[in-house]
Amino acid sequence: MYDLSVITKWIHELLMSFMPGWLATTIECVAIGVALLLVYALLALFYIYFERKVCAAFQCRLGPNRVGPMGLLQSFADMFKMLIKELITLKNIDKFLFALAPYLVIIASMLSFAVLPWGKGLQIIDFNIGIFFLIAVSSIGVLGILLAGWSSNNKFTLIGALRSGAQMVSYELSIGLSVLTMVAFAGTMSVTGIVEAQENLWFIFSGHIPAIIAFVIYLIAGTAETNRGPFDLPEAESELTAGYHTEYSGMHFGFFYLAEYLNLFIVSGVATLLFFGGWMPLHIPGWEGFNQVMDYIPSIVWFVGKAIAISFIIIWFKWSFPRLRIDQLLALEWKYLLPINLFNLVLMVLVIVYGLHF
Amino acid sequence: MVSLEIIGIQSTTLAVVAALTGVGLVALALWLAGLISPRSFNPQKGEAYECGIPTRGESMAQFKVGYYLFAILFLMFDVETVFLFPWAVKMRALGTDGILAIAVFFGILVLGLVYAWRKGALEWK
Repeated sequence: MYDLSVITKWIHELLMSFMPGWLATTIECVAIGVALLLVYALLALFYIYFERKVCAAFQCRLGPNRVGPMGLLQSFADMFKMLIKELITLKNIDKFLFALAPYLVIIASMLSFAVLPWGKGLQIIDFNIGIFFLIAVSSIGVLGILLAGWSSNNKFTLIGALRSGAQMVSYELSIGLSVLTMVAFAGTMSVTGIVEAQENLWFIFSGHIPAIIAFVIYLIAGTAETNRGPFDLPEAESELTAGYHTEYSGMHFGFFYLAEYLNLFIVSGVATLLFFGGWMPLHIPGWEGFNQVMDYIPSIVWFVGKAIAISFIIIWFKWSFPRLRIDQLLALEWKYLLPINLFNLVLMVLVIVYGLHF
Repeated sequence: MVSLEIIGIQSTTLAVVAALTGVGLVALALWLAGLISPRSFNPQKGEAYECGIPTRGESMAQFKVGYYLFAILFLMFDVETVFLFPWAVKMRALGTDGILAIAVFFGILVLGLVYAWRKGALEWK
C-alpha cells in the first residue's frame, strides 16, 4: 500500500523550507479547504448523476442521456440551472433563521465528510475520538432541517420538519448503538485505529454474528437518517408538497439537495469504515498471492468503490419498498431496532469475552 | 495511539477549517447566484407557496405532542449511549469488573425502555 502521507509531508516540508511557519500553516489550511470544497462538489455532482442513472435502470428507462456523452454533464447542467434561479425573498418568514438553516445543514455534512478516511495517510480530521466526533457533528444537520421547516411560516414545512426531526433523532440512536457495538469490538474510537484493526480481515467477517446484525441495523438507520428510500416521509411529495424545504428557492434549495446526496455518501462511507475495512484492501488470511494482488489497487479506489457500492444498495431500497407511515416508522425504530440493538451489544460483549471472533 | 498531527496541523484546527469551508461554500454559491440570477418584483411572490393555492388560517399550527415525547425518550437514551462509549473503548482493559458495572447501568437503561413501552409512550396515537 502506498502511504499518501509521504506526499503531504513532502509538501509541508517544502513550504516550511522557504517561508515562516504561520504562513505555511495558513497556506496548508486554505489548500485543505479548497480540496475539501472541490471533492465535496464533485462527489455531489457524481451522486446526482449516479442516482438518476440507477433509478432509471430500476424503472427500465434510459435516464439522463442528452447533455454530454451518456448524459455525464447532466448534473453540471442541473447545478447551473439552480444557480441562475432567482432567490425569492418571502414576506412572512423569520429571515435570520431561514437564511441560517442551509449553513447548518452544509456545515454538518462538511464536518462529517472531513472525518472520512480516504486512503492510507489521506484523512483530514484524525481525532482519537474520530467516530464519536462524526456522530456528534452529523446531528447538527437535524437543527438545520428543523429551523428550515419552522422559519418558513408554512404548515406543510412545519409538519415535514417535525417528522424529519422525530425520524432523524430516533434513528440516530440506532446509528449510535451500532457504532458503539463496533467500537467495543475494535477497542478504539479513532478512525485510523479502526481501519488498521481490519488489516487482516474486515469487521463484518471477523465480528461473527453481532457484526452482521449491527451492519443491517446501521444500513436501515442510515437510510432513515438521510431521509431517503422508504423513510422519505419528511418530504413526501404526495402529502407535504416538498416537506421542510418547500419555501426555499434556487440555490437555497440546492444546499439541501446537495447535503442530502453528500449525507448518502457519508453514511455509506461510515458503513465502509466500520464494517468493510475503510481503505483496507480485501485480504483473505492464508491467500498470500491474492492479498498481494489486492494491495496493488490504490487505497482511495478501495474506499470510494466500497462506499459507492453501499450507496447503490441504499438507492435500491428506495425502489423496493413502499413509504412507511409515521407510526410504523417510529414503531420500527423503538420496538424493533432498539431492542435488537441492545441485545446485539450484549451479544458482542459475549463474543469478545469468550473470544469467539475470528 | 495514533498521533493527532497531520502535516503539522492539529485536528482541532482542521475541524474549524472544515466548518469554515462549509460556510464558504454556502456564501460563495449564494454570492454567485445573487450575481447571475434574475430579479423581478411582484407582491404575489412574497406569499408562501405552501401547496400552490392561497394560504388559509394560521401557519404556526398546533402539532402533535407525541413529537415531544419521542424527543424526551431520545434524550434519555442518547445520553446513556454517550456514557457507554468510554467503557466500550476500555472494555478489554477493565475486564469483568467493568462488565459487571456496566451491566447494572445497562439494566437500568433497559428498564427505562420497558417502562416507556408499558406506559404506551411508544404508541403513536
